[in-house]
Amino acid sequence: MSTISRWLSRNLLRVYAAFAFTFLFIPVAYVFAFSFNDYHRSNIVWRGFTFNNWLHPCDALEICPALGNSIRIGLLSTLVATILGTMIAFALGRYAFRGKGAINTLIFLPMATPELVMGASLLTIFLAMGFNPGFWTVVIAHVMFCISFIVVTVKARIASLDPRLEQAAMDLYADEKETFRRITFPLVAPGIAGAALLAFSLSFDDFIITYFNNGADFQTFPVFVYTHAGRGLPAQANVIASSMFFIALFLVVAGQIVGNKRKVKA
Amino acid sequence: MAAIAPAKAIRSVTSLRKKVATPYFLLLPGLLWLLLFFVSPILTTLSMSTKTVKADSGSFDQTYVQNYHWANYWDFLVESRPQFIRSFLYAGLATILALAIAYPLAYAIAFKSGRWKNVLLVLVVAPYFCSFILRTMAWKQILSQDNFIFKALQSLHLVDSSVQLTSNAVAVVVGLAYNFLPFMTLPLYSSLERIDPRTLEASGDLYANGFTTFRKVTVPLSMPGVVAGTLLTFIPAAGDFVNTEILGNSNTTMIGSVIQAQFNETRNYPKASALSFILMITILVMVLTYVRKAGTEDLV
Repeated sequence: MSTISRWLSRNLLRVYAAFAFTFLFIPVAYVFAFSFNDYHRSNIVWRGFTFNNWLHPCDALEICPALGNSIRIGLLSTLVATILGTMIAFALGRYAFRGKGAINTLIFLPMATPELVMGASLLTIFLAMGFNPGFWTVVIAHVMFCISFIVVTVKARIASLDPRLEQAAMDLYADEKETFRRITFPLVAPGIAGAALLAFSLSFDDFIITYFNNGADFQTFPVFVYTHAGRGLPAQANVIASSMFFIALFLVVAGQIVGNKRKVKA
Repeated sequence: MAAIAPAKAIRSVTSLRKKVATPYFLLLPGLLWLLLFFVSPILTTLSMSTKTVKADSGSFDQTYVQNYHWANYWDFLVESRPQFIRSFLYAGLATILALAIAYPLAYAIAFKSGRWKNVLLVLVVAPYFCSFILRTMAWKQILSQDNFIFKALQSLHLVDSSVQLTSNAVAVVVGLAYNFLPFMTLPLYSSLERIDPRTLEASGDLYANGFTTFRKVTVPLSMPGVVAGTLLTFIPAAGDFVNTEILGNSNTTMIGSVIQAQFNETRNYPKASALSFILMITILVMVLTYVRKAGTEDLV
């Protein structure tokens, strides 16, 4: 009896997990399938199979400039947020100083505030200061909400370091700078890379904050998708979303394989 | 956490002063960014929220007068009460649904997946890279009456044409749960994965059966993940307007839709600001109470 129920419980969990993954991937499969639709005006009804959308992804008006904007904004905000956030993470993870509690709270607050509130508030001051919303206001907004995620991720990595490694370096007559350069930083680097990846994906897929701060003449890919939803979205949007999905999957899997190989060598 | 303990006997006063200043130097640029573009906007919103509309409007600055009209809050709260209630109700239900889906999933990945663990983890996050608005629109089309899924259900006589699978509250809640599922699963996974298997063995050695072990050992040890996951789902869900705009109807509007419309269409900034502030404070109070009740203050 107990073996049967154990077998059942183990497989029940597997079945449940398979069900959950199906739930997660149904819309992705749909988006991918409809990237091959021979659409006319709107991409809702299946009208036949074609490779055209994949061969000419930029044929749909505005879509490639919007994608380019998303990539430029993602890279620039990730770079700035990663530098600023990593510096904060080192200060919080490596030093004792006054006001630490308050700073921890300040880092936590943006993550506990709905994007809508941050986006709307930022727009208020941009308007009050007479800033024209556009590329730079979006970058400012993205850096702002990415910083906290970077700090939290990198800080966790710093906290998990074995302090004996740094002590060993010091015992071998490395000075502080050298210890940091040759021991601490290389050990924290994977955490920083992971945080940067997280920041890029948050920035790239962000809609709400961007929608408030992009202005009339500037759009990112998610804003393009949202604003064109009513008038009929071209299948090229599905092509771009599907490619992003496969590129991300490929990069992560490749990174995993490289990481595993390194582990084996070490 | 002390600074790296240097084994140097002689240290000049200047280098000591430098060390005291180092953390502040590291903090300065990032904190400045947050002060300028997070704190000051929130304060501006607070100040905007008590302004009232001037009769003859010109440019942005001249449209509103600051007369500390705190009654704005009460007026707008009463006016938008159904949307507020709906937001917290939908976000709460979506959080529970996401927890129900994600806990067994995270458990299966942490304990039952063997060498597939990393692959499965990547698969949890992977849909996130396929534009979330497109995926939400995909749900709408999948559930619509024109779709083959609906037609298949219809031919099996499971539904008839009077049934609407989309454009209703259920679709909004499921859409919210769907969109934030990775945010629920990852923290759950990382706290489950950290559980020392020996604690589970010990529980078995003390004659607890599988269910008792799960209830008395696994669940309490995974609480930090539950708290982090529910917060990461509830907070964005409560402020969301994309799901209800795409999957809902005019009776499912959430507070996000109201604030968005006030900002981008009606341009009643005091109203939008007051509503934003109410939303933010309500969420903050709920989060703090919840975190204290759950007893995991070392969240960040």
